[in-house]
Amino acid sequence: MSELLWFLALLALGYFAGTYLEKKHYKSIKKRERQTCHLPTINFGAKQEIPEATNAAMFVGSVVVSADYFKMFISFVISLFGGRIVVYETLLDRGRREALLRMKEQAIAWGATQILNVRLETSNIGDRDSGDGLVAIEIIAYGTGIQ
Amino acid sequence: MILTTLEGVPGKTITKHFGLVQGSTVRAKHLGKDIMAGLKNLVGGELQGYTELLQEARKEAVNRMIQQASQLDANAIVNIRFATSSVTQGAAELFAYGTAVRVE
Repeated sequence: MSELLWFLALLALGYFAGTYLEKKHYKSIKKRERQTCHLPTINFGAKQEIPEATNAAMFVGSVVVSADYFKMFISFVISLFGGRIVVYETLLDRGRREALLRMKEQAIAWGATQILNVRLETSNIGDRDSGDGLVAIEIIAYGTGIQ
Repeated sequence: MILTTLEGVPGKTITKHFGLVQGSTVRAKHLGKDIMAGLKNLVGGELQGYTELLQEARKEAVNRMIQQASQLDANAIVNIRFATSSVTQGAAELFAYGTAVRVE
């Protein structure tokens, strides 16, 4: 009985705190995306002519995101039947946008006029295999800023 | 050392190629950070301890790559790529590679 209560408490904590944090994060992402949208970010570069510029530098933005207890439970339930795990889609979306923003913010601080050849990379660094393991996903965004 | 993800350096021409240079580092997680991350995992969001840990590790991988390039007398590394793979439970390899060149 006490185990069930404990489980429900964690589920509620995950749901309320997780949703609150997600909303807060999205708000901050949207605000910062508006602030940085003047900087063109392009993911081609290798097969194009190298643009005229005097300086170039590499910028890397990274973030490690984790799911909350509620998301983990929902994804477990969904994985029994199959289908879209929407709760993880928003998590990865947040991570990717955050990583891009961190890269752009560094490039803006340096004085970049454009970021070229941007690449995104996702890797799982948690220990999902060990059952109740940690969900931790690292997302990095990197590209070349030019002046 | 100029680092780019492009196939050259804007405003400069490549005069010499030195081939592939790489740097890697294998990092284990920190038990204290793991416990904190475990707690943070209940409410979700960013695991700041891990973000910093991996950033630091990636910097080290890049530095090793730069070291290799400077031994070859290169002054730029172009077309840099990153890769991450988990080697064993709780450890990750961060890997950076690119082509060392001399530009003028």
